[in-house]
Amino acid sequence: MTQIRTAGSRRGGLLGGMTDTNLLTTITVCVFVVMYLCAVIFLQEGFLKPQTLFNLMNANAALIILSCGMTLVMITGGIDISVGGVTALVCMSCAVYLDEAGGNVFVAVLLALGIGLAFGLVQGFLIAYLDIQPFIVTLAGMFFARGMTTIVHTNPFNVVNEGFVELKGTRLIIPFLGSVNKKGNYIDAYVEIGVVVALLVVAALFVILKWTKTGRNFYAVGGNRQSALMLGINVRKTTFLSYVICGLLAGVGGFVYFMHVGSGAPSHAMGAEMNAIASSIIGGTMLTGGVGNIIGTLFGAMSLATIQTIVSSVGLDQAWWTGITIAAMLCIFLVVQSVIISRRKKKNATVSSADAQEAEKKKGESE
Amino acid sequence: MSEKLDPRGKGSVLSGLLRNQIFIPFAALILLALFNLIADPSFFALNMKQNSAGNYILSGNLISIIDNGSELAILAIGMTLVTAASKGQDISVGAAIAISGSVLLRVLCGDNTRPETIQAPIIVGFLVAAVASMLFGAFNGVLVAYFRIQPMVATLILFTAGRSIAAWINNNELPIVPGEEFTYFGGYIPGIPLPTPFLIAILCFIITWLMLKFTNIGLYSQSVGINEKTSRLNGLNPELIKLTTYVILGLCVAVTGLIKVSRLSTINYSVIAKDIEMDAILAVALGGNSLSGGKFNMAASIVGAYVIQFLTTTLYKFDVQATALPAYKAVVVIVLVVMSAPVVREKFSRLMKKIRSSGHAAAESA
Repeated sequence: MTQIRTAGSRRGGLLGGMTDTNLLTTITVCVFVVMYLCAVIFLQEGFLKPQTLFNLMNANAALIILSCGMTLVMITGGIDISVGGVTALVCMSCAVYLDEAGGNVFVAVLLALGIGLAFGLVQGFLIAYLDIQPFIVTLAGMFFARGMTTIVHTNPFNVVNEGFVELKGTRLIIPFLGSVNKKGNYIDAYVEIGVVVALLVVAALFVILKWTKTGRNFYAVGGNRQSALMLGINVRKTTFLSYVICGLLAGVGGFVYFMHVGSGAPSHAMGAEMNAIASSIIGGTMLTGGVGNIIGTLFGAMSLATIQTIVSSVGLDQAWWTGITIAAMLCIFLVVQSVIISRRKKKNATVSSADAQEAEKKKGESE
Repeated sequence: MSEKLDPRGKGSVLSGLLRNQIFIPFAALILLALFNLIADPSFFALNMKQNSAGNYILSGNLISIIDNGSELAILAIGMTLVTAASKGQDISVGAAIAISGSVLLRVLCGDNTRPETIQAPIIVGFLVAAVASMLFGAFNGVLVAYFRIQPMVATLILFTAGRSIAAWINNNELPIVPGEEFTYFGGYIPGIPLPTPFLIAILCFIITWLMLKFTNIGLYSQSVGINEKTSRLNGLNPELIKLTTYVILGLCVAVTGLIKVSRLSTINYSVIAKDIEMDAILAVALGGNSLSGGKFNMAASIVGAYVIQFLTTTLYKFDVQATALPAYKAVVVIVLVVMSAPVVREKFSRLMKKIRSSGHAAAESA
């Protein structure tokens, strides 16, 4: 199991000095930068403006948040495919609450968090304490959320609640990065609130995963349950916690999505779970567990968004090209991951046997 | 597992039944049937009527269940094998059905989307579609077996791209197949009152039974799923066996695609066989098969598939909206998996033991 070594396998060679997690993250970041630079060079008009990047983030803030939750669950070796459904349910519930009950925005936020938390608690309990396969539980969760969405309200509609519209329209101006339009007027660059939320989530999870005991426990449980148990980690509690956090983040992501689109509809966030899984995988998280990085996930989600934009601006705007390119990208990343990991496994095996021999030699010498 | 140790005669017959894996889907089926019988006995009514083509056909809820459940049952065959050998599920079957259907239409209609007559015999179209979907199955299989990517992630690729590829094959046109014969596969053959999909499904079951009986594929895929290393030491080739199960699933997908396309004589790339992968996985789980590979019971999976369709039809009967259907399905699924969870079962059997032993003690003291 190479995954167990993630924390401390520092071996010779150019790439060997990095852990699996860092290596996969580096690849993702490089790919994103190269892709964006290529877009800037070959498709100058749009991509030179900083606002293009900000627009990408505005449109994908919710995806980034969902992917963060997904990464956490995948690090512990599980999967949560209910996040898309929860997003749709949150949008619809908040929309109905704001418009038909005339509620205020603050309570709507609490409602969103509550829905997410409820899904997280129930799914986490079933998976961690009753040992039911995560795929089945969260599949049922997805079905339930999608079904409930249409039970709450059937038809899509736009929210007209004043407080919410004001919140939705709030733009944070970024100084010095604006652009000049054709008439010569200066236009400020802006991001939506959702982007700030997404970046906060990324930062918080990064700190938790890197420097807290709970965070390291997630890696330990995902890497090898048995050893984690032997180390005295409460495996069930850790697994449970990962699903609760993922559920909560699905609630947050749902509200951010709601702030971006400003409407409730049963078809919202269709396939978001698959995009979130794809972002995590492109970001270097492995479904076997124990390997993953939140920064990688951020770049994974951004890569996914960038490639969609590139595909549509190159003129391949037939709908099918987006699906095919994303799949091709996913395929390449997966194969690269698998090749790297298997080569590393072999190398580690030979190195560790060499280590053992050396240690024995030393032992003999000292004796 | 207290039932296993129960020495009493009557209990052993019952416990034998309880221990059999096929008990789970049958119990669910009986529960559903009883529920319907109590709620509305006319649910089971069958009558003979004339359809628009002038043939006498059977109609009723039961017929609609065996008609619409057949696609799922055929898929469940392949999914069971894949689950057993590769310890994971193929989530791309819905997208693969779209591709297979699209290829079929492309061959039958040629370049023209509204041809007067079909451009190739149906059997040729089906064979080409079967080869195509087996190739896509092999693609999944290679990723899973040789690159050692987890099945769900490997098939995510085709899941993302499948419907796009399907639209691309026909240039996003929606060709319509002319002629009566093509509709037979998804409808009724003149003179036979049973729906053709059910007949096709039965044919598939017989072939599967023969395959499991006379070849080693069933045994080998179970042994690979239980312990890959041991299988290799025993001279099996685990990679090849995994690949084979994915190719078999590809064939099942092609048959399902034929039925699905034949029902409409055309295709809708984004809607055809939507969410069927979820139902197919559910059928396997409902049949009491472990989703983490190993031993399987094919008959239980097939019954599981029909149970799912029974549930769907029952819900429709109670005026549940099609879009709200998943919520109810989810509740049923959760109840089923919680009941069959090992932890819950153990607690339950311990409770039963306690009750029984206290009953014994009471009888002895009396």
